Amino acid sequence: MSIVTYRDALNQALREEIQRDDRVFLMGEEVGEYNGAYKVSRGLLDQFGPMRVVDTPIAELGFAGIGVGAAMVGLRPIIEFMTWNFALLALDQVVNSAAKMLYMSNGQFPMPMVFRGPNGAALQLSAQHSQAWESWLAHIPGLKVVTPATPYDAKGLLKSAIRDENPVVFLEGEMLYNTKGDVPEGEEILIPLGKAERKREGEHCSIIAHGKTVLIAIQVADALAKEGISIDVIDLRTVRPMDVEAIAESVKKTNRAVVVEEGWELCGVGAQVVDYIQRECFDFLDAPVLRVHQADVPMPYAKNLERAAKPDAQKLTAAVRKVLYLE
Amino acid sequence: MATKVVMEALSPTMEEGRLVKWTKNEGDAVKSGEILAEVETDKAVMELVARGDGVLRKRLINEGDTAPVGQLIAIVAAADENIDELAAGAPAAAEAPPKAEGAQPAAAAPDEKVAPAEEGAPARSPADTDKAPPAEGDVPSKPPADRVADGRTSVPEDPSHSQGEASMPPQERDRRGAQRFATDARGAAAGSGRAESGDRVRSSPLARKLASDRGVELGSVQGSGPGGRIVKRDIEQAAAQPQRGAAAPGAQRAAVPVAERKISTEGDYQDIPLTQIRKIIARRLAESIGPVPTFYLTSELDVERVAEMREAMIELGDQYKVSFNDIVLKAVATALQQHPEVNAHWLGDKMRYFNRVHVGMAVAVDDGLITPVIFDADTKGLADISREARELAKRARDRKLKPEEYTGATFSVSNLGMFGIDHFTAIINPPEAGILAVGGVEERVVAVDGAPAIRKRMNVTMSCDHRVIDGATGAKFLQTLRRLIENPLMLVY
Repeated sequence: MSIVTYRDALNQALREEIQRDDRVFLMGEEVGEYNGAYKVSRGLLDQFGPMRVVDTPIAELGFAGIGVGAAMVGLRPIIEFMTWNFALLALDQVVNSAAKMLYMSNGQFPMPMVFRGPNGAALQLSAQHSQAWESWLAHIPGLKVVTPATPYDAKGLLKSAIRDENPVVFLEGEMLYNTKGDVPEGEEILIPLGKAERKREGEHCSIIAHGKTVLIAIQVADALAKEGISIDVIDLRTVRPMDVEAIAESVKKTNRAVVVEEGWELCGVGAQVVDYIQRECFDFLDAPVLRVHQADVPMPYAKNLERAAKPDAQKLTAAVRKVLYLE
Repeated sequence: MATKVVMEALSPTMEEGRLVKWTKNEGDAVKSGEILAEVETDKAVMELVARGDGVLRKRLINEGDTAPVGQLIAIVAAADENIDELAAGAPAAAEAPPKAEGAQPAAAAPDEKVAPAEEGAPARSPADTDKAPPAEGDVPSKPPADRVADGRTSVPEDPSHSQGEASMPPQERDRRGAQRFATDARGAAAGSGRAESGDRVRSSPLARKLASDRGVELGSVQGSGPGGRIVKRDIEQAAAQPQRGAAAPGAQRAAVPVAERKISTEGDYQDIPLTQIRKIIARRLAESIGPVPTFYLTSELDVERVAEMREAMIELGDQYKVSFNDIVLKAVATALQQHPEVNAHWLGDKMRYFNRVHVGMAVAVDDGLITPVIFDADTKGLADISREARELAKRARDRKLKPEEYTGATFSVSNLGMFGIDHFTAIINPPEAGILAVGGVEERVVAVDGAPAIRKRMNVTMSCDHRVIDGATGAKFLQTLRRLIENPLMLVY
């Protein structure tokens, strides 16, 4: 057993893929000399040199665009955004160029590239730096949206994303970088994109989560298990394409569901999950599906307000109890 | 916690019920499952059972009064529990005009709790409730303007739909809490979850599916979910519980839960899609005589041997006493087993052929006719059929039959022989495809081996739905029936 952090699991994935394929390179602010703002790219510059690990100026639109161009001429760039909040400046390249290039070029230009970086809230970074963007990005045809929750998933999904022929948006949890988990050494880990995973087996209620909220879901499932309530925890792993089959299979078994996410309510990922549930499982529902998400406000700076706004175990537990008609 | 007692749908078609008798007085202790009242439905007098423990605190309608299904008719609660709001609010909201119903919560200040008495029309005193008119039907959904006004464009009224509430700031939760209180009060005011929207039964999609699969009548189930919503566990409980008061002595079938007895189980029948020729036959014949294009087949049966058998059985003692009709029922069941093409229903877009034989037995009651069913009659012996027929007929006349006892026949028999009728035609009870009318037994002079002889004879006339049963098909069935009746020993084979 080899316990590593989420950060190091990503580092392993990058190292292995840059090593494996000489078309792969990493580019972004501080990824080289500084070893990455969150130390995800630690040691890569030393190992692979400045042609493969490229420091850029603070110009998201520019280096994202260079990445698109590089993919067009046959390279496989990995673009690191220091956070996805900064990536808003580069969204024209992500949404208008990368996502649509294959379609608009009549299939002439595949986009084998990854845009990656931390997503969602950390601690007291206030409104502009605490946003979960998966529902925005998942809305765009042409993009794949990946949200790993554990170190194992982070490594396996990033390696698959780098090998994918499509532009992949890879959303890491800033609060997850220090979390630890088993990542077997010397084993090629490749997790297929578009497949969910059952993280806990249960029969009374399904919790459908992705990214950071998977850990909350597991925590809640473990706590409720002591009361004899067993929860089926489905980790979407990939938000787009979404594994509708896995969701339906779980809900058909439990008849009840709660969807939890970091984003806001309106048009959130959870809304899409609920839509799939009502379409696929209408006759299997014994209660309305509930959602747990961020409060419908910009993220507050004050610690207590920030806590009140974020989804957490307490809120998720309350929703599960409500769905089970225990309250 | 107070339990609202509502007028329940005690039969499939019941829309209102007349309270014949209260079996508990105000102040009496009540246990879940105990009989609270007797209610006359369309077809029978049924028992209304308590769904919770406590004290019968308030009876809201008088004996002899009629109440629509879903109306609050009594309250069971703890001895010291305050039930004023529950009792006072009930009929008031039922009377409130729909507009007030929707607009009221919007008009209320967001963080003010709305007292139930302020809902809709002024509250009436409990004494007035006896004469309360039936609850209104579905309350129209809120107009868009109201939704905008209360700032809840994305939050449905149903409290259990308050999406993502768990993650709301506390003040927002409080505001919604106040609104929910108003919603709940309105629900309670209308009598129960069921009455809240007229006679619509609130149930989860899963519960509806399970109820349909297991043959549970949703209207007879008390929901345990929010606002009285019927959920999976309620259906499972209902399906698992034997029907109360059903255990007639000797009638083993009666103790079997309804769910098991229903004939809708897969494998009990085959649905045959209509062929084009069958569709055209159906349409043309229905144009000719309708809506059920009936034709009649009459046969005069020699029942000499049946009579001999009967007499021989009677000589063996009272416990072997069977009637002519019992023997006819047994013979019909046996014949139906051999002629599944007659043991069928016409369902409009298909014909349903049953693998089990459930014979309906027309019984005249004082003010009409009812057809209790002998289930799986082909598998029962004469003794069982005789005992069950007697028991069902008695309970039919006493108007004590439960819906599941008079629904589900695959074919029926009507006998007017005891009234001195020697021949008649019976009306088919759709969707059944046939009915056998049985006349009285009488001695007639007939030719036997070329010489006149006096024999006991009986006429039977089968009414056939021509869309399902063709002439030759019906005739073959009667042929089998004749062989069975004229050689009754075949019935014991």
